[in-house]
This record gives sequence, structure tokens and C-alpha cells, in this order.
Amino acid sequence: MDELINDFIAETRDMLEALGGEIVAWEAAPGDRARLDEIFRFVHTVKGNCGFFDLPRLEALSHAAEDALAEVRSGKRGADAALVSGVLAVIDRIGELVHALETGESLASEDDGLLIESLKPGAAPFVEVTSSDVAIGDARKAQRSIRLSVDLLDRMMSGVSDAVLARNELSRRLRDAPTDLAVEAAFDRVSACIAEIRDAITRTRMQRIDNLFAALPRMVRDIASELDKHVRLEVDGGDVELDREMIEMIRDPLTHMVRNAIDHGIEPAEARSAAGKEAAGTLKVCARQSGNQILIEVVDDGRGIDGDKLVKKALASGVLTPERAERLSQAQKIGLIFEAGLSTAQEVTAISGRGVGMDVVRANIERIGGLVEVDSKLGHGVRFTIRVPLTLTIIPALTVSAGGQIFAIPRAAIDEILRTSGSAVKLETIGDSCIATIRGRRVPLITLTDLLGLPRNKGGKDQTIILLKPAGGDVYALLLDGVFDHEELVVKPAAPAIMAAGLYAGTTLADDGRPVLLLDPSGIASKAAIAEQETDREHRVAETAKKARVEEHAQLLVFRGLDGGRRAVRLAVVERIEDISPDAIQFTAGRLRVAIDGAILPMAGCTEAPDREKIRILRLSDGLGELAYAFDSVIDIVPLAGKLRRSRTAGEIAGVILINGEQVELVDPHWLFAHCDAVTAGEARRVCAMPLGDPWMDNMLRPLVESLGYEVIEAGEGVEADLLVASADTPLPAAPPGAQVLRLRATPEPADDSDTIYRYDRAALLDALGASEKASNHG
Amino acid sequence: MVDLLLIVRLAGRRVALPAADVEAVVELEGLTPVPGTADHVAGLSALRSRVLTVIDSWSALGLEDQAAIGSTEAIVVPSGGHTYALLVEQVEDVVESKGKPVPFKASPGPGWSRVSSGMVEAGDDLLLLVDPHALIAGPPLEEAA
Repeated sequence: MDELINDFIAETRDMLEALGGEIVAWEAAPGDRARLDEIFRFVHTVKGNCGFFDLPRLEALSHAAEDALAEVRSGKRGADAALVSGVLAVIDRIGELVHALETGESLASEDDGLLIESLKPGAAPFVEVTSSDVAIGDARKAQRSIRLSVDLLDRMMSGVSDAVLARNELSRRLRDAPTDLAVEAAFDRVSACIAEIRDAITRTRMQRIDNLFAALPRMVRDIASELDKHVRLEVDGGDVELDREMIEMIRDPLTHMVRNAIDHGIEPAEARSAAGKEAAGTLKVCARQSGNQILIEVVDDGRGIDGDKLVKKALASGVLTPERAERLSQAQKIGLIFEAGLSTAQEVTAISGRGVGMDVVRANIERIGGLVEVDSKLGHGVRFTIRVPLTLTIIPALTVSAGGQIFAIPRAAIDEILRTSGSAVKLETIGDSCIATIRGRRVPLITLTDLLGLPRNKGGKDQTIILLKPAGGDVYALLLDGVFDHEELVVKPAAPAIMAAGLYAGTTLADDGRPVLLLDPSGIASKAAIAEQETDREHRVAETAKKARVEEHAQLLVFRGLDGGRRAVRLAVVERIEDISPDAIQFTAGRLRVAIDGAILPMAGCTEAPDREKIRILRLSDGLGELAYAFDSVIDIVPLAGKLRRSRTAGEIAGVILINGEQVELVDPHWLFAHCDAVTAGEARRVCAMPLGDPWMDNMLRPLVESLGYEVIEAGEGVEADLLVASADTPLPAAPPGAQVLRLRATPEPADDSDTIYRYDRAALLDALGASEKASNHG
Repeated sequence: MVDLLLIVRLAGRRVALPAADVEAVVELEGLTPVPGTADHVAGLSALRSRVLTVIDSWSALGLEDQAAIGSTEAIVVPSGGHTYALLVEQVEDVVESKGKPVPFKASPGPGWSRVSSGMVEAGDDLLLLVDPHALIAGPPLEEAA
């Protein structure tokens, strides 16, 4: 509100100033229609503006003047001297009131009634008591803000940018010249001054995003009433400041998104009630600053985006091929909303039109180095997030070298800088494309020199990798020759012929005065993606889906089995990889087992202890139990993609898939665990409760029970177990719920109770224990 | 109407440019190549803390074979909000034009017809009047690709 009042004051004052000459001229020639119109417009505007605020005095004055002037305009009244001076007095009073409003002084207490009365036909001419000249003079002194043309601000900004560049050049020349302390001190002062001016001007260009949001309530109201929908608008974060230029660039995309949300997102009231929602839809628009980015979110609670419907449309329009459609994740499907020509609404409406929209929105945002993300839950609404950099002109950047040339990369896009010689980084070439594995995370690798057609750095092996997260999506690694420095660069747009390359975001001058190209991380990504024969579209969908391709898919560990075959297993079930000595593997108790870390694990992947010095095993875990899988070497970690051809019969191998053009057998961990007795797992699961302290139980029965994979605990009250063993000649303890009860007698002949087993009737005993084992295995 | 003409030597010819379009004549210091751009973009150069986009005028004419390798003589031309430096073989003189440009009497030769709209009389000679903005635009896209 304060902001609006200030605007009102400033506007009124401007108009008063502009009117000064008109008033004088009108006084001289009251019949001058043009002058009359001018003054009428003024009081009319003031009256209209007053309606927004609670300013009864101003409103009454302007209203009276408007009425009187309207009569003159319609010819009902002549502009006599009394009227002229009355109107002039009113205008002066308006000036005084506005001044008082601005300075917060108490209002002059004169009676406006007299003034208003003087405007009536036949009233006595109003004689001014106070000198309005003094009042206006004061107003000018009090004013602490001025209105500047935006062009002037832009000129100042570009002037300061030039000053920074000139300073940089001077600094370079000074470095080459013999040192003179006095000169250097003076230069430092100049530098500091320029930095300060730059700071201040950057700030003058900052505007509260309120300027952008202020138009929203009205717009939402209009659109909603036109579509006969009920929409509640919530705006938040209006105090976030953003470069003026950015605000202008966001205005259209934001407007479009709001329109779309109301038109396509929020359902009519009946549909909402039917869906169990509040009749009035909620549209939230909020802004917040996050690092050197501004996030603007447009969230509605409407019907959401139907990803599958989008896919159908995309297929119908040929934007998408069926194969690709099959591989799209939900997020990628929703991301199709940014494709040209895909509008979810069935009918074309006057508000959002048809299909022109999100693709344009996206293009506009990306042009200013921002990005748009979409997230939607069908039936629950959509969340669009716009991310834009704070400012366009001066950006922190990293200067790097590649192929003997210097480039700059915007720091905002940089995730991490690594050396290729470091142990965390592994570079591989798979087919035509390169992959960097950084701490187990696989990202596409782009070699900048290759992309730009520059000579490769042959000598130095120690190159640098920069992990880039461009405005627009997937992380990738950029291979460079070296990194120089962090610098604040004044970026100028490059000539169209240079921008046409799609690789550069602008040009700048380095400290040494050489021109430097600012690389465009998203441009590089899409350029490289084209080079990899990946369609631009798929890439862009992937960008939207963000990480989806890399991180949503299950990862497969591809390895070479002991028999030399290529196999793969889901990485998630691999606990770790270990080297063990073959002695640890033995054929014991009916199967191959390995002793490791004080535990015995079933061994899979081989039928006998392999004849080699060291054996590598994968320790697979299902969360409870473990088993070991012997293998030869790790080949790769790849995302699970492509179709699985199932094995003809169930077994260790679930089926075969194609990975990088080769057949790879996919190991079925479920089968392994189900068929390896899953001993460790069993120990954790099957519990046998027995009375401890009895020598026979402790020394004879317990080892037998434990050898069958039971965990033995002492029987007692409240103990949970699968099996309860008790002696026939002691009273039966309370059996745990669901437990099988095994009563053993010391004599071969059964006593009266037939439900007991002779303790050396091994067959019966094992049968009983085995039955319990089976029961729990299948249970 | 052209008043002053800048006479330069380009691809073995003496040609005239409207002096009003030309901001300065400079000797370029250093050239930063811009990989991935059209052939007629020679690179970037700095002039008093301004970045100039350097145009290889010979490529822009489609006359690469006549290029004067290593020439650093350039004319500075502001165009469309950017400043360009057009490489030429030699800058000769500034003269007053003696009349309005006249249409060609014969074809000026390959490449030239795109950057020139006519002849102009300068001194004792009739010279090709070259539009520097057409040079900056470079060859049509399909040729540049």
C-alpha cells in the first residue's frame, strides 16, 4: 500500500508540475478548450486515484472541480473568472494536500467546503489565503526520490560496465609499467570508486518483484470471471528484488503461466466439488531468492497435467516415437508440456489459445539463462518453477582454457571442479560417447576442444573436469585443459553471428584485455547432444525431467562371471565387493559356502572352489540375509534400460538384456536367495526356544538345532520363537504364539502322551525340525 | 546520398564505403577465434575495452582465396547495436563523392553483387560502393553452413 501511495504522490506531483504552464495559460484564456481538457483530465485522474485510497478531502476537492469543469466542457457554463480562480485554488489545495501526505505533516486545516462552494455557479470568487508558491517550493525540497527514465539507467549501467573494463585495461598496463607507488595508490582509489558506483547502479536497477505481481490480482479476477471460475490468488515474496531487465523478461512468461493455470488447470466449481475440492481454486504465486537465483513458483490446485494424455498427443503429432514414449518416466511425460503444439485442453479457448504457450514460455526463460521446471500430480494440481539469475550484466565466472584459448563459464552453472588425475574420476569411452564416473555417479562427458573443433591438448594428461548443471537440466562433465581464476565479468551480448553458434552466452574482456567468450552451458549440452545423435527433443525432455534419466533408473552392476560370461545384477542388492582367498570357500554341509567376517555365507556363481589366488565376491543382501556371488571382474555400472528377455526356465538367471550392444545375463537375486537356503537370513528369522542349562539340551540337541539354521534362545515367558522345544517330563511352558511345539521324552517308549518324540529318534526329530524349516521358508 | 567515401583495398580491388558508416580505422591487436561460428566471423578483438567482432571480409564476399592472410588493418563499423571490425588489405583515403551512386553497367563479379548496390564516382575513378552491413551479414546461410 505504501508503495502505491508513493506512486500516487509522485504521479500527482508530476502532473501538477506539468500543469503549471497550462493553468497560467488557461487563466489568460478561459475559453481555450485544449487547456480546459488538460486540467479536466488532471482533476479526473486525481479523483479516480483517490478512490483507491482513503483520502476524502482530495476526493471531494477533485470531484467538485471535475463537476464544475464538466459543465464548462458541455457548454452549460461559461468559464468565468470566479470559476477559473476557484479551480486554480482547488488545484493548489490538491498540491498542498499531496505535499502534506508525502511529508506526513498534519494537513492544513482550512475548510475545503469554502473552496468547493466557490466553484458553484454564482459563488463569490475565492480569495486565497495561503501562498501556494511556498507550499510547492517546500514540496520540492522535501522530495527524496526522483523519477528517472529507464533508458538513462541503462546508459549509466553500460557506462559503468565500460568503466570497469577500462579499469581492467589500466590495471593491465600498470602491471607492465614500472611500479610507482603513488600511481598505484591512486589507481586503487579509482578501482574502489568504480566498484562502489557499480554496486550502487546495480542496485538502482533492482526492482521489487512486486512490480510484476501487482498486476496479478486484477488479471486473475478478470480471467476467472470470464471463465466463470472461482480462483483465490495468494501472492508471496513481493519484496524479492530482481534486475529490472529480468522483471521485464519474466513478465510475459509469468502472465502466460497464470492464464494457463486458471484456464487449463483450475476446474469449474462443479467439477471441483465433485472431486471433493473446495469450490474456489487456489493459485499461488511466490518468489524467493536462493543463492544468486530467484525462484518464482506458480502453483495451482487444479486438475494437474495428464502425462499419458500428453504422450498420446505427442505420438499423434509425431513429436514422439513409440519407442521413446515407452521409455519416458512420469516426469518426462509431464515435461512434454513444453513441447511445441501440445496443449492439454481439448478446446481452444480465448484465454490461452492453442498450444502456443509453454514452449514459448520455456524459450523465453531460457533465453535469459533461466529455466522452467514442472511438477504435477494428476488431480492435485501443477507446480511450475521458474529459476532466473539475479542479474544479466555482471556475473561471477570461472576462466578456463581449452585448446590454447580462454573461455569463461558462469559460476552459477558449476557444480564441482575435479582433476582427471584424481582417484574420484574415471573416464571411459563407450561407443562414440564418453562417460565420466565421478564417485560412482555416471555423467556424460563433453570434451570442449572436440566440440569446438580446437586442437586437443596432447601433452598434459592432467586435465580438469567441470561438472556443470546448466540452466535447463542434466548434469554433465566438461573436459578442459585447465582452470585459471574466478572473476567477476562484465558480460556483453555477442554479435548475432556469434550467438548463432549456440555455444556462447556473450563476450567479455579478461583482465589482460583479451576478449573472452562466455560459454553457454545449456548450449554446449544441446550441441553435444546433437553430436551424439541424440535428438534435441529427447534431450530437452530429459532436461525437464531433470536427472530422471540418470538417477531414476535402477543401476546395474555389469560384471564378468567366473565362466567368462557377462552378467549383471541390480546394484542395490550388492552390499560390497570383497577379495577372498579360495581357502575360505568349501563344500560343506551339502553346498558351497564361504567363511567371511566370522559368518558362513552360501556361495553362488560357481560350483566348486575356483582354482585361483584371489576370488572376488559380490556380497548380496536382501536386507536381512547375505550370500556371496563369485565373479571375475567388474565391467561397468549402467542404468537399467531396455527390454529384458526372460529365461525359458526359472533359475539363477532372470533373463538377458542388451547393454552397450552386448548380451548381458541379468542375475535374479530373488531366486538366489530363495534357493541358497538363505542360511544367514534363516538364522535371523527362525528362532528355537529351549530350556537352557539342561546338559543334554545344551550339548546334544542345541548343536543339532543350530546346524539346521535356528537361532537358539532360552525358553520363557513372552519369548517369541518359531519352535519351542521342551522336555516331556517338565510341565509345558507357555508356547509363543504361532510356534511349533516339540516335546521330547527320554525313553523310547512313548508315555501316555503320544505327542512326544524320543530324543534319539533322529529321523523323527529331523523331520519335525525340517518341517518347521519348510513351513517358515514358505511362509 | 553519400558525402564522404572511405577508399579501401579489398580482395585486390579498390572499393568505396560510406564514411558515415565507419567509426574508425584501426590496427587490430590480437584476435580471439570464435570456434563454431560462420566462416566470415574471424574472431574477437578488443578496442579500448570494447569487444569487436572481427569480420573476415574475404570470406564474407565468398573470395577466401584472395584473402590477405595476417592483415590487421580493419575498419570499425557499428551495426545493429554491436561493433564490428572489417578486415581489409589496406585503407587508402577518404574522398568526397562526386555524385549519387549509379547502378552497375556490368556485373561487378561474384560475391560483390551481394554487398554492393552500385558504383560511385570518387576522385577520378568509378568505384564499387560497398555496404559494410552486407559484409557483416556474411554470405547467405546455406553458403555459410
